[in-house]
Amino acid sequence: MTAGPAESAFLEHFAALEAGLPGHGLPWLEDLRREASASFRELGIPTTRLEDWRFTPLTTLAKTPFQPAQGAREISPAAIESHTRVIGSAPRVVFVNGAHVPALSSVGELPPGVCISSLASALAREPERIEPHLSRCADHKTRAFTALNTALASDGLFLELAPGAVLAEPLHVLFVQTGEDPPIAAHLRNLVVAGPGSRALLVEHYIGSAQGVYLTNAVTEIIAGRDSRLEHIKLQQESENAYHIAGLSARQEAGSQITSHSLSLGGRLMRFDIQIMLGGEHAHCTLNGLYLARSTQHVDHHTTIDHAMPHTTSRELYKGILDGSAKGVFHGRIHVRPDAQKTNAHQSNRNLLLSESAAINSKPQLEIYADDVRCTHGAAIGRLDEDALFYLRTRGIDLEAARSLLTFAFASDVTGLLPIEPLRESMESFVRDWLSGGQGTR
Amino acid sequence: MLEIRNLHVVVEGKEILRGIDLSIGPGEVHALMGPNGSGKSTLSNVLVGRPGYEVTQGEVRYRGRDLLEMKPEERAREGVFLAFQYPVEIPGVSNAYFLRASLNAMRKHRGEEEIDAVDFLGLIKEKMKLLDIDMSLLNRSLNEGFSGGEKKRNEILQMLLLDPMLAVLDETDSGLDIDALRIVANGVGTLRSERHAVLVITHYQRLLNYLVPDFTHVLIEGRIARSGDRALAQELEQRGYGWLEAEQAQGSA
Amino acid sequence: MSSASQDIESLANRDYAYGFVTDIEQDSLPPGLSEEVIRSIAAKKNEPDWLLAWRLKAYRGWTKMTDVPRWSKVHYPPIDFQAISYFSAPKQKEELKSLDEVDPELLRTFDKLGIPLEEQKTLTGVAVDAIFDSVSVATTCKEKLSELGIIFCSFSEAVQKHPDLVQHYLGSVVPAGDNFYAALNSAVFTDGSFVYVPKGVRCPMELSTYFRINAANTGQFERTLIIADAGAYVSYLEGCTAPMRDENQLHAAVVELITLDDAEIKYSTVQNWYPGNKEGKGGIYNFVTKRGKCKGDRSKISWTQVETGSAITWKYPSCILQGDYSVGEFYSVAVTNNWQQADTGTKMIHLGKNTRSTIISKGISAGHGEQSYRGLVQIRPRATNARNYTQCDSLLIGDRCGAHTFPYIEVKNASSIVEHEATTSKISDDQLFYCQQRGIDTEDAISMLVNGFCKQVFRELPMEFAVEASKLLSVSLEGSIG
Repeated sequence: MTAGPAESAFLEHFAALEAGLPGHGLPWLEDLRREASASFRELGIPTTRLEDWRFTPLTTLAKTPFQPAQGAREISPAAIESHTRVIGSAPRVVFVNGAHVPALSSVGELPPGVCISSLASALAREPERIEPHLSRCADHKTRAFTALNTALASDGLFLELAPGAVLAEPLHVLFVQTGEDPPIAAHLRNLVVAGPGSRALLVEHYIGSAQGVYLTNAVTEIIAGRDSRLEHIKLQQESENAYHIAGLSARQEAGSQITSHSLSLGGRLMRFDIQIMLGGEHAHCTLNGLYLARSTQHVDHHTTIDHAMPHTTSRELYKGILDGSAKGVFHGRIHVRPDAQKTNAHQSNRNLLLSESAAINSKPQLEIYADDVRCTHGAAIGRLDEDALFYLRTRGIDLEAARSLLTFAFASDVTGLLPIEPLRESMESFVRDWLSGGQGTR
Repeated sequence: MLEIRNLHVVVEGKEILRGIDLSIGPGEVHALMGPNGSGKSTLSNVLVGRPGYEVTQGEVRYRGRDLLEMKPEERAREGVFLAFQYPVEIPGVSNAYFLRASLNAMRKHRGEEEIDAVDFLGLIKEKMKLLDIDMSLLNRSLNEGFSGGEKKRNEILQMLLLDPMLAVLDETDSGLDIDALRIVANGVGTLRSERHAVLVITHYQRLLNYLVPDFTHVLIEGRIARSGDRALAQELEQRGYGWLEAEQAQGSA
Repeated sequence: MSSASQDIESLANRDYAYGFVTDIEQDSLPPGLSEEVIRSIAAKKNEPDWLLAWRLKAYRGWTKMTDVPRWSKVHYPPIDFQAISYFSAPKQKEELKSLDEVDPELLRTFDKLGIPLEEQKTLTGVAVDAIFDSVSVATTCKEKLSELGIIFCSFSEAVQKHPDLVQHYLGSVVPAGDNFYAALNSAVFTDGSFVYVPKGVRCPMELSTYFRINAANTGQFERTLIIADAGAYVSYLEGCTAPMRDENQLHAAVVELITLDDAEIKYSTVQNWYPGNKEGKGGIYNFVTKRGKCKGDRSKISWTQVETGSAITWKYPSCILQGDYSVGEFYSVAVTNNWQQADTGTKMIHLGKNTRSTIISKGISAGHGEQSYRGLVQIRPRATNARNYTQCDSLLIGDRCGAHTFPYIEVKNASSIVEHEATTSKISDDQLFYCQQRGIDTEDAISMLVNGFCKQVFRELPMEFAVEASKLLSVSLEGSIG
């Protein structure tokens, strides 16, 4: 296709930034970026004519004149304290407006075999450790924003776990946008390479200034080696005017387990694509998600679990609460390939609509080409259970309190699964506050 | 009727039965007892040919034939019946339809006429009355939504209807209250004759108060640790299995 | 319950039983499609000008539809629309005064299909409209029905005798330009059934249309229109077969249902078009648009379908729930064996308040069969207190088939409740073993389990059809168990 104004603007960013991007001069990386940039030119910003974007129009995003990010703006540790507190004194890597800020980061002493750094410094130091993995899971050939990210990513996290390495403490990766004027676009790229038998817990956390307009375009790739155990939490608390487009692509080898928690709480328009490839026998993934949206927020989740090998299992639970004129989209796909016998997959999407003008499009999908499988999915959209409300009222709880209680209970099925105690408490109080009309404890 | 010799069975790579010898003659009622995990249910499943049970050694002869060579439905048609410990639910297939299909499969095998709906209804009603089963169970889907007790009684109903030569009852007493237990025992009692043989697998000797066995065997860790008469069952009730387990451990040490 | 295992056994050894060809003189148009062809169809049928104009408009719209539908999960070579003959009828006298004048060869054909047309032999409680290639050859029980004011006749006859009703409702549910195949049908449809049940009348018998494609290289493009006026009720059955031919034949029908206040239409289909042979050669392309509009308050439309035939099936019998408290139902069993493909499901569009819909879909895939359930449940902003329940289960037999589930749920009203559940699995080993332990052999046990799996849908069918459907299922799955 011929590039429209929005596409051209991003392509100009590429032309302007290319020479300054990390790892510039590495031939393989230059080739990859050029290829990705060409893909983006070809694909363009998705339109609602594409099945995967049918319910998520990007017209206002395309009209916003985003500028390329020009490095970090200085912010004080106090500004992010409320967000770092909930994870604790764990290793932390902070990025502001797309650039790594060592002053705010603290990695401390790491267990043997654990390497944490920014992607840019890893590319400068040891590019040979990045090359075999970068853009091998994420698809920059057919996904426009992944292509854009692959071409333009300024930095991100690089986490490498040697065979058997264990990172017991949660790793907190915080992405801050300060909401500049004119608005900027930050492209972040995270890479996690987990060796056989390794373990880690990673928190990918996005925040922004309250009113700021900006674009976060993030891609995370995870390569989960044989029998590794990874827990991934994505906390999206962007500003109410922000655009947040993110992807998580993982390839799992035999016996590996990934548990993903996604909490989508902020942003004007957010889209999160998860693609998990269960590429070895007995690999398992669990996807938990909660999205809250109100006012004119638009929240869109697309998940794909690809059962490519026999004896693979998956569990997925996504819940949404929509208020005001918010729009929600859930599209969950379970794909079972011809030889993936003994697959066991279960997917569930539940939504609560709290107001007359909120809307949801839910599209759970099963695509199955093997016979010895057990796959189920369920989707439900509705209101609170009248019987439960009535029961609470007969016990003296007023209607409003009863509603709030049941709605909170609905959300806590997901928040209750968070593995970090202070974070779980913080999210639960966020949900309570959100339900009573507040901003949540930002 | 049934001759089991040196039977070794492996399930999912683990040897569960480790040399069983047991012979059951016509007209006899045998009780097989033992602690959880001793291999009782494995034996019943092997006898009816459930897939996934690998016989590594030994043989089982049933009325002069090699039982292990026969397909599951062939065994059933030749008169081997298992009252399942956990009967499956089959949605959409009515109990009555299923029972008649099963009965006719047996009759056809024996070269008899298939039974028509009217005669079938007469026959089944009589048996249901004997077992105090509500007639409404006939039109419901097979085992679907049945209570634990209803499922067990339905198994016994099938047994009476099919009139097997060798009936194996796998923990049929578990989950039954005392009245149901008596009814089930009476039902099984009607099968007691010179022609039939019964193998009752149970954890407790409760059922054996109503259904007095001619022989009692105790299965421990895949071997028959002791055989005796009814008195053995009572002894087990009082002393538990511990002393036999200790004895066996000593014996193999 | 008449000796079901015997039935299954005898049927298991049977192939497609309706594959014979009737040797009869045909009056056919040469293959090809143009305005001239449409004009000559209209002329042959002596149609009023408004209908010809409607056809031509549809045709012009169709020629502008450059994109022949391609569906993600259905694969077939392009169809040459100029190679199809759009009109084929058995030669007979202009106006038949009684059934005695129908060509005995035709009567024998329908007899052979188990559809006797002679009055004295007709199935009790069922009135039949028999359609052979492009035209209706006979309609039974007409007089009895007309006493109640019920109109049941061929579409052609309705155009002549009840032009106002036809003109008022034709295209009101499926507009001429709705989709590629509906537009084609609107341009070239030749016959079909027409039903009108007047206010407050409960139709005392099942109305049934039996479709038969006979001639080679023809397509069948029938159009069915059923109107249930306020408070009326009608149950309508549709059956179909075709000879075995190596070429694929196109069947692109349109069915429109309309219910006014408190009316109910129950529409049942047993679709058994020739599915092609075991290597996937031949068979019918069944591309059908079926839609009902619950126009009146408290009205109800219920679709029940058993889809065992056709090489490719593409259809989504749908309900537009416009009246408040209106009800839509969709019950479906679809079987794909050998190389059959099916992409089927429904759309429930909730417009009115307190509207309810239920979707029960049971898919069975065997051999190299590929099947997709595709459904849309849409709750529009005005549809306060709307409810939908969807259950869609797939059963896989063998490891070379596929089953896919694509539900679309769009809710724009907070007071509504939508529930969707789906499962895909193979026949349970435990259930199979249980049957075997009771002496039932594998083939019979599978047949029994599959019938049990479909029970929720079969019990929605009228009695005669339910028996037929259950037999068909066994035949369709024959040889799938290796």
